[in-house]
Amino acid sequence: MTATFVGMPAFPTAAKAALADTQLRRNLAHATGTIRTKRAGVVGEVDDWEELRLAGAAIKDRVLRHLPHYLEQLETSLQAAGATVHWARDADEANQIVVGIAQEHEAREVVKVKSMATQEIGLNEALEAAGIDAWETDLAELIVQLGDDLPSHILVPAIHRNRAEIREIFLREMGTAGRAAPEGLTDEPRQLAAAARAHLREKFLRAKVAVSGANFAVAETGTLTVVESEGNGRMCLTLPEVLVSVVGIEKVLPTFQDLDVMLQLLPRSSTGERMNPYTSTWSGVTPGDGPQEMHVVLLDNGRTNVLADEVGRQALRCIRCSACLNVCPVYERTGGHAYGSVYPGPIGAILTPMLRGVGHDAQTDSLPYASSLCGACFEVCPVRIDIPEVLVHLRSEVVDAHKAAPGLPSVQDMAMKAASWTLSSSARTGAAEKLSGLGGRLLNRFGGHGAPGGAPMLGALPGPASAWADSRDVPIPAPESFRAWWGRTDGGRRDAAPPGHAQGGPTQGGTAQGGTAQGGTAQGGTAQGGTAQGGTTQGGTTQGGTDGRGAGR
Amino acid sequence: MTVGLMVTCINDALFPDTGKAVVTLLRRLGVEVTFPAAQTCCGQPMVNTGYLDEAVPLLRNHLDAFAGCEAIVAPSGSCAGSVRHQHRLVAERSGDPGLVRGVEAAPPVYELTEYLVDVLGVTDVGAYFPHRVTYHPTCHSLRMLGVGDRPLSLLRAVRGIRLEELPGADECCGFGGTFAMKNAETSIAMGNDKARHVRSTGAEVLVAGDNSCLMHVGGLLSRQRSGVRVMHLAEVLAQTEPVVHSVTSAGSAPTREPASPSGAPTAGGSQ
Ligand code: SF4
Repeated sequence: MTATFVGMPAFPTAAKAALADTQLRRNLAHATGTIRTKRAGVVGEVDDWEELRLAGAAIKDRVLRHLPHYLEQLETSLQAAGATVHWARDADEANQIVVGIAQEHEAREVVKVKSMATQEIGLNEALEAAGIDAWETDLAELIVQLGDDLPSHILVPAIHRNRAEIREIFLREMGTAGRAAPEGLTDEPRQLAAAARAHLREKFLRAKVAVSGANFAVAETGTLTVVESEGNGRMCLTLPEVLVSVVGIEKVLPTFQDLDVMLQLLPRSSTGERMNPYTSTWSGVTPGDGPQEMHVVLLDNGRTNVLADEVGRQALRCIRCSACLNVCPVYERTGGHAYGSVYPGPIGAILTPMLRGVGHDAQTDSLPYASSLCGACFEVCPVRIDIPEVLVHLRSEVVDAHKAAPGLPSVQDMAMKAASWTLSSSARTGAAEKLSGLGGRLLNRFGGHGAPGGAPMLGALPGPASAWADSRDVPIPAPESFRAWWGRTDGGRRDAAPPGHAQGGPTQGGTAQGGTAQGGTAQGGTAQGGTAQGGTTQGGTTQGGTDGRGAGR
Repeated sequence: MTVGLMVTCINDALFPDTGKAVVTLLRRLGVEVTFPAAQTCCGQPMVNTGYLDEAVPLLRNHLDAFAGCEAIVAPSGSCAGSVRHQHRLVAERSGDPGLVRGVEAAPPVYELTEYLVDVLGVTDVGAYFPHRVTYHPTCHSLRMLGVGDRPLSLLRAVRGIRLEELPGADECCGFGGTFAMKNAETSIAMGNDKARHVRSTGAEVLVAGDNSCLMHVGGLLSRQRSGVRVMHLAEVLAQTEPVVHSVTSAGSAPTREPASPSGAPTAGGSQ
């Protein structure tokens, strides 16, 4: 795989390109919609789901509080079970270790179980540079690899592809990597799967070395766990002679019992299944059964930096289920590539900046802003990571890093400073509103009436406002602010009575009633409002003397 | 009970009628409403853009402004959520223990529907609104505050209303504060899907508890000349049935007064 995320443009630019791809939009909306519904169904049937989430978060928090302890315990247990443990500070160290092991065994190729950690460190590229082929065996990873493409989802990396595209990639590329796709291959899922199976089988049977990640690593017993759907993982974990597992240091669990909680949370959250088809657990070497040499590479690569961040460390609870991606309205529309990282979607928007560090490049710094903060990710996360909270926290880190950098403050810095100055005093705020209200009175003449309460709106605007107004009409500032109205009328108790209207001064009539909804809209002219009541507020302010009837355009 | 109306900066400047509707509604329900005139903005725009230091003077101002109130009511899930969940963060980061204590001692803040349903214990506020309506539960009301079905139970009790279910209701409309500008393309893609769902209901009015979201979806609906208008929930709840109870001299308009709200607490506060 030569494709790389390095040098990707910042999120807004990449998203713009992705949004223009209508096929991508359809593929994603369909795929995320389906899996979202499945997840909601199987989660809904678990009565104690919230307790499970709390338990999952608590287990992970305990691990993070005592990480050195559990890692050392894991190392001891693994060694006792016959595995060799390596520690890797960063991607380079980890890659060197894996390449070294493969070279020791004179391997020209390795088979791989789908693993985010090895993607994060760019292991395939490192192996390739050493003249070793790394074969992805997960169906979706295979599609991505053959298509010289980038993964766009942590669970379904080829989510952006449809069947027709996959068939094309298989026909074109399989032959270059091994057994070719059969002639006459259609885009029927069964046929595509059979082609992949035949292609991969010869690799499983030939390879001497396999590389995996791990979903969990149990400190107490030295047990690694891989959770998967296709059985390709089981093949890689049992057939080759040598197995190397690259495991992020946050994957450790204290006891075997903790797997009970995690194995309930993970499949329901990720594939929307009660239980996944294949769960492999292994504890070191078993003589005469499976790989006879096992290596575990414990990977930091920025994780201790995340751990040092009081707000951000909760991201290390992540079990890579991808529920947050599937539910994210931004991800659903832009897809994964726009995030420029192996970790896309909400978790990627917080994890990537923390692993890489903020304040160095515009692409990374754009990620915490790639969210509307709607909170859907937090709601589904099986280990209760408050992603919006971390996003806001990282935005402040981005801002702080830029403030500390030499050079002039940005336009945004100055705008925020000015807004802070204005809005920290009601006198200054009131003065600003008077100005905008004056503008509003002028603009009013040109507006439609689509805004809340039938307030007037403006169409397309030039300059910086175009970001808003290219597709959205703009509300016109109210001619009289609420603050000014309250002051003038003593909160509606002193409002001028409508012309020729004896009653209704101090109570309802005098308040907003008329002006609220009725007056300014189409309604005003019809059943409701076209009477004196509509004229109350309208007359004095908005409409500049027209009565309620006149306001109903 | 005296409650301070936190009208919010966006309603103050752009949608004052929403604030007036809250006053009308709460008075009708017998609540004494004050408007602490020193208030400005809760600071959410700064916080959500990452400018936490710039939010500190706003937080101080907010605390001073509402110091005398027993409770705060805001016609915005987003701003109520900001006060409830973000102010502590801002105070802690400021390094000023006095500010942290100030946040702890601040009066409780309620989003309007929380105040109506939980504090006043009403769902029927005596409103009358004979229109076809669909309701969008904004993200911060739904997920940050957890207002649940309070808004819908209030709407269901409105006389004359025809409530249409909104498909994909709990999906974000794409506003997201500065997100709407920083990631305008994505924001608009989300908003267009929301607008499409709104139009599919056949409703004439889209109602929500946050004018900022309504400004975004309403801006799209208006640009599309969809014939759907948007309206804050408070403005729907403030509407009452017109009653013709006297005819004055010939030729003048009939005098109307709101019907007395049945099932609601006394309306004496304003009568
Ligand atoms: S952040 Fe939560 S929801 Fe997202 S992938 Fe990680 S565990 Fe799953």
